[in-house]
Amino acid sequence: MVRRTIDASDVESPARLAELLGEHSYLADEGLATVAFLALRMGRPLLLEGEAGVGKTELARTLAAVLEAPLIRLQCYEGLDASQALYDWDFARQLLHLKAAEAAGITDAARLEGEVYDRRFLIARPLLKAIETQPAVLLIDEVDRADVEFEAILLEVLSDFAVSVPELGTIRAARPPVVVLTSNRTREVHDALKRRCLYHWLEHPSFEREVAILRRRLPECSRILAEQVAGAAGRLREADLIKPPGVAETLDWTEALLALGARELNPDVAAATLGALLKHREDHETVAGNGFFGGRRG
Amino acid sequence: MAAAADGPPDGGVPDEASRTGRAPGGESRRERAPGEASRRARAPDRVPSGAGPGDLVAVMTGFARTLRAAGVPADHERTQSMLRALAHLDASRPGDVYWAGRFTLCASADDLPRYDRVFRAYFGGLRAGRTTPPAITVTRHTTVLSGAPGGGDEAPALAATASAVEVLRTRDVAAMTAPELAEAHRLLALMRVGRRQRRSRRFRAARRGRLDGRATIRETLRRGGETAGLRYRAHRTRPRRVVLLVDVSGSMSPYADTLLRLAHALVRSEPRATEVFSAGTRLTRITAELRHRDPSTAMSAVFRAIPDWSGGTRLGEELRRFLARGDAGGAIVVIASDGWERGDASLLGAQMARLSRTAHRVIWVNPHKGQQGYQPLTAGMRAALPYVDDFVAGHSLAAFEELAGLLGGGNA
Repeated sequence: MVRRTIDASDVESPARLAELLGEHSYLADEGLATVAFLALRMGRPLLLEGEAGVGKTELARTLAAVLEAPLIRLQCYEGLDASQALYDWDFARQLLHLKAAEAAGITDAARLEGEVYDRRFLIARPLLKAIETQPAVLLIDEVDRADVEFEAILLEVLSDFAVSVPELGTIRAARPPVVVLTSNRTREVHDALKRRCLYHWLEHPSFEREVAILRRRLPECSRILAEQVAGAAGRLREADLIKPPGVAETLDWTEALLALGARELNPDVAAATLGALLKHREDHETVAGNGFFGGRRG
Repeated sequence: MAAAADGPPDGGVPDEASRTGRAPGGESRRERAPGEASRRARAPDRVPSGAGPGDLVAVMTGFARTLRAAGVPADHERTQSMLRALAHLDASRPGDVYWAGRFTLCASADDLPRYDRVFRAYFGGLRAGRTTPPAITVTRHTTVLSGAPGGGDEAPALAATASAVEVLRTRDVAAMTAPELAEAHRLLALMRVGRRQRRSRRFRAARRGRLDGRATIRETLRRGGETAGLRYRAHRTRPRRVVLLVDVSGSMSPYADTLLRLAHALVRSEPRATEVFSAGTRLTRITAELRHRDPSTAMSAVFRAIPDWSGGTRLGEELRRFLARGDAGGAIVVIASDGWERGDASLLGAQMARLSRTAHRVIWVNPHKGQQGYQPLTAGMRAALPYVDDFVAGHSLAAFEELAGLLGGGNA
């Protein structure tokens, strides 16, 4: 498909953005299309919260595809610090360089310092990489897993889109990246960081939307099967499971059903493929014990 | 779409905006049936269509003020963000107004039901008055004295001599008179609890540990390129997270108030590493309410936030919900309950087993344990005990100090 590169400012309305996302098989509802549109327009980071599997990370991926920009991903975890998120010096190569200088008898400290703190010895981690890349989509995944100190670093970067390296100076983004943060809400993200962002709570898709997603992603899936799967998924999300299935799980499940040649959902084929949908033993027991898919019990 | 109790107004607001029962803080359950039609937009009466820009600002700031009164953090800065967002959308469309406000004025999923309610009231042609949440009448054993009547700092009726304090320390909260209880709460408010440390992944300079490349290069340059003198770094320590679950069901009512004040003291001591939930019949996160400096303010915020005072306990169900949130990992989890489980004790046992596998440490605080000849006889308590690391009393200030000792000091 030949198309000129899309710039964030070319997207004129939320509806148009929804169309573009749809071209990449991501079906966004009005709320999500609107908040993503505002994020592009206002240059503000987007904070998406919601249960696992509602499509938070996928949105960042699809935005990158729409804008034809690389997706730069920072996966957060406890203890993530500046040297893994921002930049780090390549200590080994610096030391080699100094060794070589020592062998050559160079002792001019100022010169050595200038040489050793050169950009080529700096390793760009995701945040710096996103600032040095235009255009870019920066995905900061599961920000709630990082610790509070890291949020301070993040806040600084997301406020100025600049990284200060003491030995080198400040590296500033010519054009700020599109930023998507996701959180599974295992803890509250700090208020100051939330203020920088547009906040959106993502729900599981409605029945119609889920049917549409299944048919879009898996063209060989019949309407009847898609409706049965989406209906079952909707019921399971109300059933108080440990891990309610997300869209990713219903897609996996449908693929499994299709692989078995199922045209419709029945208790036997559901039981045989349940592992693609539910990932906790307790949830299997809950569903089996309830005769959830009709037919025989457990 | 099906009737969503907390849905936004009948007007231009997409059906996805309705709360499902799964959203934390959302309370309505949505039923989804195949083939539901989505609700058609009908513009509410008061959307500022055709209003001048000045009017729009006035209408929207009024909306933000109403939200603030309802407890949504819609302050000035957020209101400015909303107006900026609206400039990129169509302010005559109720849906756009709804989303622009929701993305900027709300800070968490807990705000959404309130936001939806206020939006409906404000733009739905209803009188936009003070929308304070309905008061919940709480019948409790004791009256909370927030300062003596008729003045702040009058000396309390109880002479707080050292020996009186000593008597108070060991006394069962449930047996205290109102002034004694007020005094005990005053002492609790002054309590500052230390916290166990865990090894952080961050580093500081150290004499021994791992090689610190950056510092080594610095040192080498300082010596004019002479490669000598390696520098090292070691891990810092950080306070370990504590998650407190306070059972506020009927059988716990003599103690719930005091335990919540203890929770307040814990949150005030380590605000960034403490989470508190009320347990009863529905798990409710009350950390934000407990961050208020003043204990009385915090308590009234908590009373408003807890939907189910004095119900029956379904601790197994609630633990399951708590574990699904994923808050327990690596934390010290403290459960304050008498273990009087109305639900299935074997479910409670199974959830406790899961908890003991994810939490760093599990502490159970039972107010009855302080009584003479206490035996853990309730089925719930018996099912839970095999998975508890520390089983402590929770009926007096002295017992709370023992608990504080378990949370504080040492490396964990």
